[in-house]
Amino acid sequence: MDILALFDLSVLDSTIRLATPLLLACLAGLFSERAGIFDIGLEGKMLAAAMFSAATAAITGSVWLGLLAGIAASMTLSGIHGLASITFRGNQLISGVAINFLAAGMTVLVAQDWFQQGGRTPSLIGGGRFEAIALPFAENLRSVPLIGPVYAELISGHSILVYVALLAVPGTWWILFRTRFGLRLRAVGENPAAVDTAGVSVVGLRFAAVGICGILCGIAGAYLSTGLQAGFVKDMTAGRGFIALAALIFAKWRPWHALWATLLFGYLSAIALRPDLIERALGFQVQVQLLDALPYILTVVILAGFVGKAIPPRAGGEPYVKER
Amino acid sequence: MTEPAIELKGISKAFGPVQANKDISIRVMPGTIHGIIGENGAGKSTLMSILYGFYKADAGEIWINGNRTEIPDSQAAIAAGIGMVFQHFKLVQNFTVLENIILGAEDGGLLTPSLSKARKTLIELEKEYGLNVDPDAIIDELGVGMQQRVEILKALYRQADILILDEPTGVLTPAEADQLFRILDRLREEGKTIILITHKLREIMDITDTVSVMRRGEMTATVKTSETSPERLAELMVGRKVLLRVDKAAAHPGDVVLDVKGLRVIDDKGVERLKGIDLQVRAGEIVGIAGVAGNGQSELLEVLGGYAEATGSVTLNGQPIDLSGRHSDGRSRRAKGIAHVPEDRQREGLIMDFMAWENTAFGYHRDPAYQSGILMNNTVIREDTEGKMQRFDVRPPNPRLSAKNFSGGNQQKIVLAREIERNPDLLLVGQPTRGVDIGAIEFIHQQIVELRDQGKAILLVSVELDEIMGLSDRIAVMFDGQIMGERLPTETDEKELGLLMAGITDTDKPHDAEEVAQALAHRHGEVH
Amino acid sequence: MQKMPQWAEVTLVPLISLLLAAILSALVILAIGENPIEAVNLMVTGALGSTYGWGYTLYYATNFMFTGLAVAVAFHAGLFNIGGEGQATLGGLGVALVCLMLPWPHWSLALIGAILGSALFGAAWAAIPAYLQAKRGSHIVITTIMFNFIAAAVMNYVLVNVLRPAGSMDPATERFPEAVHLPSLHDLLAPIGISFSKAAPANISFVVAVIACVLVWFLLWRTWLGYEIRCYGKSEPAARYGGISAVGITMIAMLISGALAGMMAINNVMGEAERLVLNAVEGAGFIGIAVALMGRSHPFGVFLAAILFGFLYQGGAELALWTSIPRELIVVIQALVILFTGALDNMVRMPLERLFLTMRRKRVEPAE
Repeated sequence: MDILALFDLSVLDSTIRLATPLLLACLAGLFSERAGIFDIGLEGKMLAAAMFSAATAAITGSVWLGLLAGIAASMTLSGIHGLASITFRGNQLISGVAINFLAAGMTVLVAQDWFQQGGRTPSLIGGGRFEAIALPFAENLRSVPLIGPVYAELISGHSILVYVALLAVPGTWWILFRTRFGLRLRAVGENPAAVDTAGVSVVGLRFAAVGICGILCGIAGAYLSTGLQAGFVKDMTAGRGFIALAALIFAKWRPWHALWATLLFGYLSAIALRPDLIERALGFQVQVQLLDALPYILTVVILAGFVGKAIPPRAGGEPYVKER
Repeated sequence: MTEPAIELKGISKAFGPVQANKDISIRVMPGTIHGIIGENGAGKSTLMSILYGFYKADAGEIWINGNRTEIPDSQAAIAAGIGMVFQHFKLVQNFTVLENIILGAEDGGLLTPSLSKARKTLIELEKEYGLNVDPDAIIDELGVGMQQRVEILKALYRQADILILDEPTGVLTPAEADQLFRILDRLREEGKTIILITHKLREIMDITDTVSVMRRGEMTATVKTSETSPERLAELMVGRKVLLRVDKAAAHPGDVVLDVKGLRVIDDKGVERLKGIDLQVRAGEIVGIAGVAGNGQSELLEVLGGYAEATGSVTLNGQPIDLSGRHSDGRSRRAKGIAHVPEDRQREGLIMDFMAWENTAFGYHRDPAYQSGILMNNTVIREDTEGKMQRFDVRPPNPRLSAKNFSGGNQQKIVLAREIERNPDLLLVGQPTRGVDIGAIEFIHQQIVELRDQGKAILLVSVELDEIMGLSDRIAVMFDGQIMGERLPTETDEKELGLLMAGITDTDKPHDAEEVAQALAHRHGEVH
Repeated sequence: MQKMPQWAEVTLVPLISLLLAAILSALVILAIGENPIEAVNLMVTGALGSTYGWGYTLYYATNFMFTGLAVAVAFHAGLFNIGGEGQATLGGLGVALVCLMLPWPHWSLALIGAILGSALFGAAWAAIPAYLQAKRGSHIVITTIMFNFIAAAVMNYVLVNVLRPAGSMDPATERFPEAVHLPSLHDLLAPIGISFSKAAPANISFVVAVIACVLVWFLLWRTWLGYEIRCYGKSEPAARYGGISAVGITMIAMLISGALAGMMAINNVMGEAERLVLNAVEGAGFIGIAVALMGRSHPFGVFLAAILFGFLYQGGAELALWTSIPRELIVVIQALVILFTGALDNMVRMPLERLFLTMRRKRVEPAE
């Protein structure tokens, strides 16, 4: 038995990479749900962003244009969600379901129409991808025991979007708890009537929140197809949007907790790719399917309230109707 | 000559085919308290919502301090110096007092400077008006009276010169209401203009300088308070002479029907809602439970009606009743002869989307009379409904109309017909006339008294002291989950009941309002 | 005060929503350089122009009837069951176990056994989210989504590690014995002189699905249990007052819902594939959502909507075969239907209500 094998540097390294899209999507959901708009369409928004950023990057050769296109695609879907759930006070859950399907269908349709490669985009090369960035002194410090490899392998050497995601955590915290916008955003998710009677537009705030959600999902999707992988393939989000949703509940709608939750879920996916390490560490095999299902099982356990109750924002899921 | 603080000219507003406000004009002078009185649905709240920018008037003008002012939204109302304290508070429950106060009125994009500035202003305001509140308390942990103060402070923080209060005393004890009125007095002295919306004549007479009466969307009169009387106002409100008393013969109580001993309820948050209730209701009498909303009356009805668990003992006609477990539900209670007109007919008593006939079966839908084989016999239920609608004068008498399409009074009649015609031994009635027009009130009271005269036991819960005084043969007062005392309506008065409602039992001693307020400061209340 | 007559609410709103979805779908087809009218022609001929086409249309419709009813029953109880996919997956497992483990003398007995098995497994998979919702207040939408993923993992494990015949590389069970082969519509219609395509997969499960529609209607509108389910769905506090057990109704409604979703497996697993493969449900659980929304959660509406989606599915397959339009077009149409009938319904309803209001005012005015 060699428990330390579970903390193999390469596993931790891929934990960070796999956690990044989860983290971005989780924070995206956090903004939306803190404002009282449930969003089970994270998956679809990520998927649309992944397709459009890979396609744009493939056509223009610029990954940055790709990122913008991804954000734009995701924002469009956010707009539809906002229209349905804020303007027309529709059912937020059903709208989310529709958006997931819309993205699943449209991405393949568009990719097939543009590239005729069976619904994928061409493989991205060179400037079409986000390359790993070596942080300063990464190579020089490598020889320092313990800290050196951690810095060089784990902390350095990721694409810019990984750092964006990590910085988004304190950023989100600061916006929510230290700014006027954050105060109003949290208020609108708890009691929109309080915000409305205070003379602040509920619709405006909620659209802003949904918009931020779109941006973050856009970055998450772009990272999937231009950072983590080199191109778009059908259904490449593979349930990540739902894992992010699970992480959001796990994190009880708090930014720092979101980081820990997504790192945990990222780690589970990373270790699932290395059954050999698990066997080395625990001395027996663990079914891959169990590892795949673990994030979902953990979320159900959390939801069941066995490990502290997750209380969502009070006005979540309810369209706001002015009353006398 | 001073300009009026507020002048409304010819305000009209329609919701679909319903004309909520018809050509309404009023003038309110600065530094006065102006009352607006009217029945439910008379259009008072709509008018104030227009003034606060919640609705846009179809026609008419608003003048503030002599200037024509457009108020398209709440922001504009606030800018014009108008503050509003709603009947249902608009507070974020898990925010602090300070956070609630600055919400929407922050200085700049960052919170920290806003909060520290607000803290200073708040201390000044507290000194100026005697409104003490802990700025760092979480709203959830404050009683209703305190929450109302926060609402007033919110308006004052926004430098409101005009303060509108919509039914502010609905959730307060008489003593808390007195406290509120003293605050309003102080505000008037400081030159603020106050509009008080209420349906309680006493409050109008006590504190206002002028009063406007509204009926069916129209302003029927505006008079100086000192030149009118409650009887005259009541007549203006309803459009005819009204009996302010319920017409009933003396009760002839028989055997004990309901016997409650040591009843305790603990809610899911672990708060003890009923702390040992002892109560008896006899055949042929109406026992009224007085109290401010949220002192355990709802829980008492819920336990007896079978949808909350409790400990202690309850017997009906000497037979013990299960208070927990499988047989503690509405269905088994009904089978035992307990009928229940719930406090909130729209939330509980009716399924608003269901048709009248479907609602007639509600709660009794497993009655064998309504079944044929394994299927429900809808024809029988519909015929039954037609009869009930006729006997209880439900209008329109159409069993296929959805419950939501009836007026409040007619909805209540549907519920009443369903429960009374079951011929129960015990009828539980909660807030029988809340949101019901005066005509229907008389009918409903009549039906309850009639049932009493047939020798049935009736337990009445109401927050309207007038109703309790008028209808009950015996009154029990609840405070904080306990019964503070029982009185006969002929041997008590509002003042004594008011003290009991505030939890003060030695009602012979004199008490000043401040003392009462102290007793209430940490009362955990619920806004219903 | 009714804003709009009931008939408009049940017919106009869904029809206009559907029309909007259709227009947008046509625009999508135009945008990828195909002719929408030709596409519709192709779909109609492909799905309805032959008994072969009908055979596929009805086969898909059978799946969607079961999953649509599943979503509809839960809707009536105020519960959004997104877990039809997982429940149908487990239903497949139930069917496979029933068919493989027991020696069936005749298909009719096997069908009854399979219905019970699939319903039991589907209901069991719905039971845990239902229990968590009823007892612990865990949001059923999230838990059922999670259970879809867990079901996929379970199925993967079972097919790879348990039910896969020795020596086979394919993660699937062995073929079911010949005795449990269900009669196809061809077999059923031949004795009464109607010749129906032999190759199409529609089978007796279609009849079972139609019977299920009728039974669900009776359940909801003619029994006290259905009355209680609808009461609970409309107003939880009222149900509590009315002596209706929240836990009981949540459990029962979800068990029925899960059982219906699970029963889909008699069609796709027993009737068509005749063995259990990975991802046998192919998204039918999700289409159930669209079908229930489209059909206004009414069993007859579900029946019609299921046929419509069956047509779309088969037509879409034909399109993919003969044009460059990928099958995913159907997913887009499905998304648009869900969007317009389920989430943007107020966009259609609000102007309609205004229209009816002005029409009524015009009628009233001369009388005054």
